[in-house]
Amino acid sequence: MHLAVLTVVAVFITCGVYLLLDRTLLRVVIGLGLLSNGVNLALLASGGLGPGAAPILGHGSAAIVDPLPQALILTAIVIGFGVTALLLTLAFASYQSQLSDDLEDLHGRLDDE
Amino acid sequence: MMNNLCVLPVVIPMATGVLLMLTQARPALSRAIAISGNILSLGVALALVETVRADGIQVLAFGNWPAPFGIVFTVDMLSALMVAVTMVVSTATLLFASVSLDDLHKKNFFYPLFQFLLMGVNGAFLTGDLFNLFVWFEVLLVSSYGLMALGSQAYQLQETFKYLVINALSSALFLIGVALIYGATGTLNMADLVFKFPALADSGMAGVIAVIFLVVFGIKGALFPLYVWLPRAYYGPPTVISGLFGGLLTKVGVYALFRTVTLFFAPGSTFVLPLLSFVAGATMLLGVLGALSQWDFKRILSYHIVSQIGYMIMGLAIYTPLALAGGIFYIIHHILVKTSLFLVAGAVEKRYGTTNLRALGGAADGSPLLATLFMFAGLALAGAPPLSGFVAKFMLLRSGLEAANHLVVAVSLVVSFLTLYSMMKIYRYAFWRQEAENAIVVQGEPVRTFAIAALVTLSLVLGLGGAILLPYVEIAAAQLLDPVAWGTVVLEARVR
Repeated sequence: MHLAVLTVVAVFITCGVYLLLDRTLLRVVIGLGLLSNGVNLALLASGGLGPGAAPILGHGSAAIVDPLPQALILTAIVIGFGVTALLLTLAFASYQSQLSDDLEDLHGRLDDE
Repeated sequence: MMNNLCVLPVVIPMATGVLLMLTQARPALSRAIAISGNILSLGVALALVETVRADGIQVLAFGNWPAPFGIVFTVDMLSALMVAVTMVVSTATLLFASVSLDDLHKKNFFYPLFQFLLMGVNGAFLTGDLFNLFVWFEVLLVSSYGLMALGSQAYQLQETFKYLVINALSSALFLIGVALIYGATGTLNMADLVFKFPALADSGMAGVIAVIFLVVFGIKGALFPLYVWLPRAYYGPPTVISGLFGGLLTKVGVYALFRTVTLFFAPGSTFVLPLLSFVAGATMLLGVLGALSQWDFKRILSYHIVSQIGYMIMGLAIYTPLALAGGIFYIIHHILVKTSLFLVAGAVEKRYGTTNLRALGGAADGSPLLATLFMFAGLALAGAPPLSGFVAKFMLLRSGLEAANHLVVAVSLVVSFLTLYSMMKIYRYAFWRQEAENAIVVQGEPVRTFAIAALVTLSLVLGLGGAILLPYVEIAAAQLLDPVAWGTVVLEARVR
């Protein structure tokens, strides 16, 4: 179980980093999305995977699952959503002003001397 | 000891920011609200500093859930000082911005974003929980993306995109670090981690986690070799916003390093401090060399941010009471002086329409007061007496010699001279050289000069009267070097 989840995490993060290194704005955005999903899965695994009852007081005395990683992931998903939305807006705005979504074309005239 | 005062530096900017969203269409009213909110937070921050000095570490456990279970705010002297200096420079910056930004910025959420940025910065300084620190980082970063792109020039958009991507990457790494710590110790509360982290020392996990967090805070704090994003990103936005970023944002990363390294990474580790010592030297040297090659007022100052961060990390790497006190003194000095230098650049840009040194010249004739203020701030940056930089550098150099860390001391001395040279270059090309050109915009100049003068005067006060601040930074350093006492206070805080 752990190995399977960790493999998925590794694949997500690898693909995310690969896309992040691309020169196309949209691929960078998608890469960040993959990366943050991989990280969310890693957070899930940090609480320990496996069977367990819902963590409700008074219900079931056997092993319960750890609710904290899920709360952390929920927060991370919300933040990731907001940042991705902002990133897409920026990508679109710079596409509109430069008429290109290639980072190579985005050096601009005010480059370092 | 539980104290509700701890949360006010976050609540006041939040409330002010929400209020300012409603008064968006009326810049004059917005300005009054923003400045009063800032002054209120400044008062609270100074009260916090005095409370910590008199009564020791203050804690606030939200919902009265005690420390390892709920989220806590913990205020020791370092946190209180950082919040106080944040409010000082942000008030000066706000005053400056209110007469230098045009209505396009002011009516497009400049004031609310500014307050939300302060809320994030203060939250990061105050929190005692690792995941909560991540959340505050995101709050301040999202506000900074907004401020950086404000105005939507093509250059700003492309640089903000890069800045956002690199920060999103470091946030992802931050979360991986959080997952590893939680998986290995079962807690994210910093006070609890003080006691549980040392158990990892044998497994090799401690080293992995330490390196991940050093990379994360290295990106946020612009350390060697992760500083490359900074000079270009800080060139885009209006100078007054760059000034606030240059003074504050990287210092949140530096603060997080001071906090986490002293709490869990340095005790029991053999490689963290030597690594930091190397990084400190390299950051100083490469930052200043970058500055020497530039011909633009703002770009030179941006590279000096990188260079100066090396000095703060040097204090952390030497890791003696004097060195940490010197490092904290340096952070405070740097926030004041760096912001005032950027504001001088902003005032010059406003008056003559450019920050290119080749195009400027003779500003000392047109605005002698500005030239004098720049001279003082530049000398403070280089570390000349009687300004605040001298006291901070003296403490660092002395502690470095006492610890026999001669290489870093030598590098830092060379870098100080190069810094002085770089400041002389700005002075020579921007303020001397030729006849003054006609000023373009002089409206609002008295307020701009007042904001700069206030910060430079503080630097002078901290330099001549270093003994005023010294007891406070010594308390802060002593608290940092005793994490067990800090952790015990935080874990045992209860409502009486």
